[in-house]
Amino acid sequence: MSSVRTIGTVAANVFRESVRDKVLYNLVAFAVLLMAASYLIGQLTAGQDIKIIKDLGLAAIATFGLMIAVFIGIGLVWKEVERRSIYSLLSKPLSRAEFILGKYCGLGLTLTVNVAVMVVAWYGVLAYMGTTVPPDVRAAWAAPATDLGMLRAVGLILVELMLVTAIALFFSTFSSPFLSAGFTLGLWVVGHFNADLKNFEGVVDSRAAAWFAHGLYYVLPNFSAFDIKQQVVYAQAVPATYIATTALYGGVYIALLLTASVAVFSRRDFK
Amino acid sequence: MGHRFFTPVLLVMLMASAIGLQALRERGGGLPAVPDSLLYVRSPAALQRMSLSYKSILADVYWIRAVQLYGDTKLGRTADRSYGLLYPLLELTTTLDPYFGVAYQFGALFLAESPPGGPGRPDLAIKLLQRGLEARPDDWQLYQAVGFVHYWSTQDYVAAADWFNRASRLPKAPTWMGALAAVTLAEGGNRKSSRLLWQQIQQSATDDWFRSEAERRLKQLDAMDQIDLLTRVVAAFTARYQRPPASWAELARAGFVRGAVLDPTGMPYRLEGSTVSLAPGSKLLPLPKEGGARP
Repeated sequence: MSSVRTIGTVAANVFRESVRDKVLYNLVAFAVLLMAASYLIGQLTAGQDIKIIKDLGLAAIATFGLMIAVFIGIGLVWKEVERRSIYSLLSKPLSRAEFILGKYCGLGLTLTVNVAVMVVAWYGVLAYMGTTVPPDVRAAWAAPATDLGMLRAVGLILVELMLVTAIALFFSTFSSPFLSAGFTLGLWVVGHFNADLKNFEGVVDSRAAAWFAHGLYYVLPNFSAFDIKQQVVYAQAVPATYIATTALYGGVYIALLLTASVAVFSRRDFK
Repeated sequence: MGHRFFTPVLLVMLMASAIGLQALRERGGGLPAVPDSLLYVRSPAALQRMSLSYKSILADVYWIRAVQLYGDTKLGRTADRSYGLLYPLLELTTTLDPYFGVAYQFGALFLAESPPGGPGRPDLAIKLLQRGLEARPDDWQLYQAVGFVHYWSTQDYVAAADWFNRASRLPKAPTWMGALAAVTLAEGGNRKSSRLLWQQIQQSATDDWFRSEAERRLKQLDAMDQIDLLTRVVAAFTARYQRPPASWAELARAGFVRGAVLDPTGMPYRLEGSTVSLAPGSKLLPLPKEGGARP
């Protein structure tokens, strides 16, 4: 119980620090982007304003979240080491595992608040745009402007961001911020090409290379699985089992990375 | 005190200077226009891979580019009047987002439009719609659009009626689709059936652009009726005076017409000898070709 409280204290501090560092300012950028886009898109396209605002909102939530997850995640441990505040922190009744988990939960909280506020702003813009469309046009849409089914995609984006945070935190336990950012973004990009690794035997002749690629398919995080944006925008059925399995997959991968992070950090010598 | 105002005043002055210089450069004409006909990635498969989890938003960007290219080329704002990038842009859009129904429907309309209003490529329009049918086999509007291209661009009324008929059998198809197929088969190319087609589209359109396009097409049909009538009036004048009228004013003085002779958009008709046509600047140009049975 005291461990949970300690983790909560560290997490709250990370959240407070994020607010102090003006991380939440990105919400203003998001709101301005959406409002400007909702005005401009009507002038630029032949209809389709709502579809584009839905796409833009989901893409912006994923992108802003990714930037926060990577660029704050890589500094979580490094900043404490660089400022030498790690010595005073670890001299307190705080285990290294609690420190890592607290840092992770703090950034997770920041991301969740960010995503929640962005979603509210996004639905607000969609609701407003929905009122500007005649009822006969609205009747022809596959889903209403403020279709709550889109929250399924937001949920998986949040799990994806948590996974990216775990990767960034893992690299930050033993590497410099610059390298950590490179590794994290690299892994995120590679994670989108996972499906190609599975079918590598169709591209190369070597059986060993094909098996190696097949192995990588299972080992590397599969980020493309979290992307159901297109499906929800068209109100297509996404099986609940798919969402549950993908979220669980993300959870297990996060647990794996946090365990590895704690293991690496516990072995680091700060003397 | 002076220091407090120095920075804001300096900022305002610098901003005003930047705006002034911008306006000055604009007045000078700027740089010569460079043909903007470059598509960095032409391979839909490559772009699909590179787009990571941003396929939908990238499809929107390519769709906006296709609309802009079509509009700019149609209005003569580009040096290249060939619409050469239109199909590649639409192909990229629909590869990134295979469910983008409007990209198929409008894209086919853009591609099939005769020059100078479009590239006049009904083959590419049908190819685009066939791609759409692979992704959305139950979408009656795509079947209707294929029939439409056959009706207007290739004047193959049997094929058009067949596609309208297929559309009518789909679950969400409107009830008038079956009647449209029958009328097209019986009276394809007839102005009456064309009017029926566009009236149905105008009434059922769920998009302002499509609705205004249907209105324009109906005005074209009105203009064609009016040109036929005016041609008969000019022929009557020629028969009476043994020469064609010199102007609409002469026809009016002789009592053959009353008031200004304007097309449905308010532009005066052109009279050259015995030939009546739309003025070169009319928004109704080019008028559709007619085939099949006559009214």
